[in-house]
Amino acid sequence: MSDIASRGYAHPDKLVSTDWVAAHLDDPNVRIVESNEDPLLYASGHIPGAVQIDWVSDLNDPLRRDYLDAPRFEQLMSRVGIAPETLVVFYGDKNNWWACYALWVFQLFGHTNTRVMDGGRLKWEQEGRPLTREVPTYPPTVYKAQPRNDSVIRAFRDDVMRHINANKPLVDVRSPAEYTGEKLHMEGYPNEGALRGGHIPGAKNVPWGRAVNPHDGTFKTAEELRAIYEQEQGLKPDDDVIAYCRIGERSSHTWFVLSYLLGYPNVRNYDGSWTEWGNLVGVPIEK
Amino acid sequence: MSAVPPKLQAVLDDFALMPDRNARAEYLIEIADRFDAVRVPPEVAQRPYDERHRVPACESEAFVWALDNPDGTLTFRFDVLNPQGLSAMAMAVVLDETCSGAPLEQVASVPADIVFTLFGKEISMGKGQGLMGLVSMVQHAARQRLATG
Repeated sequence: MSDIASRGYAHPDKLVSTDWVAAHLDDPNVRIVESNEDPLLYASGHIPGAVQIDWVSDLNDPLRRDYLDAPRFEQLMSRVGIAPETLVVFYGDKNNWWACYALWVFQLFGHTNTRVMDGGRLKWEQEGRPLTREVPTYPPTVYKAQPRNDSVIRAFRDDVMRHINANKPLVDVRSPAEYTGEKLHMEGYPNEGALRGGHIPGAKNVPWGRAVNPHDGTFKTAEELRAIYEQEQGLKPDDDVIAYCRIGERSSHTWFVLSYLLGYPNVRNYDGSWTEWGNLVGVPIEK
Repeated sequence: MSAVPPKLQAVLDDFALMPDRNARAEYLIEIADRFDAVRVPPEVAQRPYDERHRVPACESEAFVWALDNPDGTLTFRFDVLNPQGLSAMAMAVVLDETCSGAPLEQVASVPADIVFTLFGKEISMGKGQGLMGLVSMVQHAARQRLATG
């Protein structure tokens, strides 16, 4: 894969290479964070010095369907040794899907000194780089978090309704079968967590994984990404875009791609996504 | 309703006693290490696999085959295309080691929510659905054999 700097990204500094991470394993100003779809992977071996942040147990409110609040975020940061000035590098399985989700949640609290390791866990393993089962501990930090700001990069259902009425672009990043609603009608299929199948009216279907090279998990070049999102789907850089999936995790990956690799300034992630929209009474649905 | 296969019940009892999440993870990783023994052999199926064997909702791209035994029971074989799909591999090993050769009535009674006993209630919704899809495929195969005799 080409060097990150040569791929034409709007914010190439938001990505770091596996080489960069390997050279910063002992950098006290850097904290490497693994966030995975598979809950066994970190315990089976991780980048030396990396801490784990789990979406379910660490980033969610334990009671309500919402993210953690500022006091809990402060406790989490203290526990994994992250200070407000720490550069946090996220990586994980499944093409950095959950890594991007964790980065997005950090950004809700204004922790923007973050990067994603291009290629994620897959590339690190392919290169034969070291993994350890040793779980590191770091001195607790004192972290004063900003109040969570949901207004800039997060969308709620009322925002989505206004978006539909204004004919603004939505990107449904789920699989085509989820987008069409076909999955909910398959015999023996586990409940998708929604009573209705289909998609939000007007949404374009761009499965999130199209943004990466499947052989090594690296992101496609800006030119390749523009071919997908702009030439094929008609998005424009100054569009006000809302991305969604089932619970907002896959769409945070697309949020990252549109915001940082293509430089769109107005992209929000609707984390209520289909598990909310597909259960709401009376909202419009398309198939 | 029939009881689940006794071997499966023993595994579930073991997991119910797991002291914490880390111990559970270590145990499941050990189980996943035995995945090669339950991988579908080439004489049964080769890639690209027939999509009818794909586990719905499984992000690790798991596939299931139910092979007939002379005594009327089934042997289950699997593949997991995502090499990082450790949870799916562990689930497949548990299902093979406890349900292959078991009476079909018992296999048909395996509830999908054993996933939460094995992996914990803190597992994500998507992951839980994928793993429950694996269980459902095994259960569904047993029900089909019972229905067709």
